Order: sequence, then C-alpha cells, then structure tokens
Amino acid sequence: MSDKKGGTGAFIQVKNVWKQYGDQVVLERLNMNIAEGEFCTLVGASGCGKSTFLRLLLGQEAPSRGEILLDGQPLAAEPDVSRGVVFQRYSVFPHLSVLDNVALGLELPRAPFLGRLLGRSKRDAREQATQMLHKVGLDHALDKYPAQLSGGMQQRLAIAQALIMKPRVLLLDEPFGALDPGIRKDMHALLLELWRETRLTVFMVTHDLSEGFSLGSRVLVFDKPRIDPHAPGAYGARVTYDISLHDGHRTPVAADSLPADLAGPFQTAYQGA
Amino acid sequence: MRLINRSPSRGGRLALAILPFALLLALYLAHSAQRLELNPNDKLLPSFGQMSAAVERLAFTPDERSGDYLFWLDTASSLKRLGTGLAIAAVAGLCLGVAAGTLPLFGAPLSPLITVLSMVPPLAILPILFIVFGLGELSKVMLIVIGITPILARDLEQRAREIPPELLIKAQTLGANTWTLILRLVLPQLMPRLLISLRLVMGSAWLFLIAAEAIASTDGLGYRIFLVRRYMAMDVILPYVAWITLLAWAMDYLLWRLTRLLFPWHEGAKA
Ligand SMILES: Nc1ncnc2c1ncn2[C@@H]1O[C@H](COP(=O)(O)OP(=O)(O)OP(=O)(O)O)[C@@H](O)[C@H]1O
Ligand SMILES: [Mg+2]
Repeated sequence: MSDKKGGTGAFIQVKNVWKQYGDQVVLERLNMNIAEGEFCTLVGASGCGKSTFLRLLLGQEAPSRGEILLDGQPLAAEPDVSRGVVFQRYSVFPHLSVLDNVALGLELPRAPFLGRLLGRSKRDAREQATQMLHKVGLDHALDKYPAQLSGGMQQRLAIAQALIMKPRVLLLDEPFGALDPGIRKDMHALLLELWRETRLTVFMVTHDLSEGFSLGSRVLVFDKPRIDPHAPGAYGARVTYDISLHDGHRTPVAADSLPADLAGPFQTAYQGA
Repeated sequence: MRLINRSPSRGGRLALAILPFALLLALYLAHSAQRLELNPNDKLLPSFGQMSAAVERLAFTPDERSGDYLFWLDTASSLKRLGTGLAIAAVAGLCLGVAAGTLPLFGAPLSPLITVLSMVPPLAILPILFIVFGLGELSKVMLIVIGITPILARDLEQRAREIPPELLIKAQTLGANTWTLILRLVLPQLMPRLLISLRLVMGSAWLFLIAAEAIASTDGLGYRIFLVRRYMAMDVILPYVAWITLLAWAMDYLLWRLTRLLFPWHEGAKA
C-alpha cells in the first residue's frame, strides 16, 4: 500500500497482486515495496491469507494476477536457495541428525548427482555447519535426531538450516507459535541478533501482536476491508495498516495502544497464541 | 478396576503368551495319544516320536536315490525363490511407489494402473505365468513378484504422499533438484516403511511360493508337502508346516531388528 520505503528500485516489489482459489478471493490488490534488510512482520486474523502471501513470496504458488519482483526480476516460480523458510512445524528432516540437517544445505547445491559430498569437502561442510549450530546454541546436540530436541531447539535448528544457505530473503510462518513465552523471548533475541548480523530481508507471520511490534522494522496488517455477508469469498484481504517502526521506536507495543478497530480482533483471538 | 486399565506384570505377560501355545500342544498330544491307542496305524495325528523319525529321515539321512538331504534341499530352494521374489518386488515397488507418490506427472498414469493391477488375483494368472515363463524357476519367482509388487507400490506411494509438503519445499530452498530431493529426502523416509511393508506382505509371499511349488516343481517346501499328501504323511507335513512358520517368523523378526538398527529415528521402528 505505502511507498514509504524505496521507489521503483526497491528490493521486493509487489505489484497489484491478487490470489484466489476458485471463486474465493484470498488476497486482493496488494501493492508494496520492501527495502533490502527490512524486517517485516505480518499480522492479521486467522485465515486472512498471511501464509498465502508467504507462499507467493516463496514461489510455492503463483499470484492469480499481478507480479512480484525481486531485485527488479520476476520471482522464480519455484522455491530456490535465494529464499529460506521456517515453518511452525515440519521444518527439519526427521531422518537426519542435527549436524546433517544443516550440512545438507551445503551438500545439495554442490552435489547435483549424489546429493552428498565426500571426503574433504564433506568435512568442510560439516565444519561450517558446526559453526552455524554454535551460533544458534546447538553445539551440544550435533548428533541428536530432531525428535530428541525440544520445540525451541527444533526451531533453532530450522533457523540455522535456513541461514546456512545465506538466503537474501527469510520467510518465517509463525515460527514460535508453538513455544512457551520464556523460550520465545530467547528466540526473539537470537533472531534479532542474526538479522542484525546478516541484514537479510525477513518476513515473519505472527499471531502475537507484541511480538510483531517488538521484532519488526515494519508491520503489515492484513485484513478484509469489505465483507459481503452473502458471498464470504467475494472479497479478499489487503494490507490495511503498513506501519514503519524506526529503530528507536522498536519497543513492545501493547495491543491497546493500537487503533481500536485494529486491536479489537486480535485481543480476543491471539493473546493466548 | 476396569478391564481396559489392567495389564499383566512382566512374568504374567510371558505366562500369558505361552498359555495358548501350551493349550494347543496339550490338546494335540491328548488327541494324538487317544487315536494312536485305538489304531496304532492312524496317520492323522502322528505322535512326536513319529514326527521326529520323519524329520530324521528327511533332514539327517541322505535320500536313497539322489543322495540329497531333502529337508535342507527343499529349504534352500524355497528360500532362494522367496528371497529373489521379495528382493525384485521390493526394488520394483519402491521405484514405482516413489515415482507415483512424488512426481505428479508420473503419478497420473501410474496410480490408476497400480491400483487396477493390485486387484488382479495373482493365483488366477498363475497358468499364464507358466505358459509365458515356462515351468522353471522364473515363473515361481514371477508369481511372488507380481503378487507383491502392486501392494508394496501402493503402500509406498501413499507414504510418499504423506511426507509433509513443508519438507519438500524446505529441501528445494536448500538447493535440491528433483533427483537429489528423492535421494536425500524421499528414499530415506520411505526405506523404513518398505521394511515394514515387507513384513506385512511376508504371509502373501509364502502363500504364492507354496502355491507355485505345489503345482509345478521338483523340490521346495511346498512341493514336498503336496507330494507326501498322497500318502497322508502327516508326520512329514506337520514338521514342514512348523518349519515354514518358524522361517516366516524369523524373517519377520530380522526385518524388525533391521528397521530398528538402520532407522533409529523412525517411530515404526519402536513397535
Ligand atoms: N490451496 C488452497 N486451496 C483453497 N483454499 C485455500 C488454499 N490455501 C489457502 N486457502 C484459503 O485461503 C485462506 C487464507 O489461508 P491462509 O492459510 O493464508 O491464512 P492465514 O492468514 O495464514 O491463517 P492462519 O493465521 O490461521 O495461519 C483460507 O480461507 C484458506 O481456506
Ligand atoms: Mg497461516
């Protein structure tokens, strides 16, 4: 909606994007420019299309109308190494150890036939993976399988796995939704630290408003401005608020300091999320 | 306490496990003794003495005509056919299942085909196999392959579809192409399932083996059973059946141990 950041040369340009499934319009008329290094948090009611927007950015699905440009080029039509992703669940491979989960990302692009590296290059990859795991605080669990890790450790692993690819964009779909508040705080600190270090562009869906405001440099609020009670699928969600937060301003904002119509739907639905 | 909340103690569990076997055995021995007392030439329920004499004759005495130890010859022939059939079926089922379950363009033609083929009763096409592949080893192995492959393929296709799409997406963001995605993600996830499926189809595999051996063969466990049936030689048939059961159980157990050993991360490995 807003052009606050960057002009036509913005890192990511979303141009009049619509997404519909059959006659159900999920997203309509999305327009935005995202500068490189921005940390966008996406909030909005359940089912309003936040994950759908993330899938569009990931290239897992194509917009029904409009286009998304990355660095001026149309987005690749399938997931690739330029965009990393962390889901709420099923983000790590259950059959690989912690170390192999991260080293995999170094092996796959370099071994298009075997899918694995051998000998020296394998040792190098594992060395690099170990360093990355050290950064996220998992160096004591290298040989464990994901099922042996706690939920928070699994998400740390998923983040390490995504970051080892040095993606330009990191997409997070409610990554901490299943974690308890204490662990979530640690994860916020970790994520901010990694973001400051790498300056990558982050999109993070969250149901927790204060999480959205404390982490993001920009908050995108998805909502359906129009609702036809006779045809619930006729209108889609748009970005109704696009809030830029300056570095100094990035303090937790309570939901009640938001515009009333914005805060209303969240307070009931998401305070416990 | 409700029945659903009561479970046996450790020793109790063992005793309860042995109980039905002991009961069956006692029942058999009682009836066998009773019949042999009335008619010492009765063949229907031979005593353990008669059975061990038969085993002694077949397993530890060379055959008069060929000089072979028939029991072990039969066992080797049967296991070879069974092993070959299962191995071919496993590879074919895995390839078909992975292709149909992972690649939509392959699944579109393969899935309906596999579903229909798995409905063909394998024993009904046994005559065709004999006509096409002759009466030798090949037709017996093929019966197992044809009978088992569609079941394995269907199961593995289903399991491949159940791999969370998030993992397939994730692998692509880590730089996998279709081939390495199958190699590093799909195959490792399906291997333990293949072993579990093999355990489940083991019974059918033995059924097909024995049917094929009964109809056209010159050795094998199934062949022997159907051969001595003419003389009502229950003293041979019963030990053979027990031996087949033991072999099937041992294969099941080995596959289970193998699953646990190779895929410790897999939940099915625990059960
Ligand atoms: N593949 C699909 N086919 C049809 N409808 C879909 C599909 N994917 C999503 N939808 C619909 O699109 C709408 C938005 O779904 P989406 O998952 O993006 O919502 P969300 O904002 O992420 O919700 P939540 O906060 O609960 O995760 C939902 O109404 C959903 O039913
Ligand atoms: Mg969602």
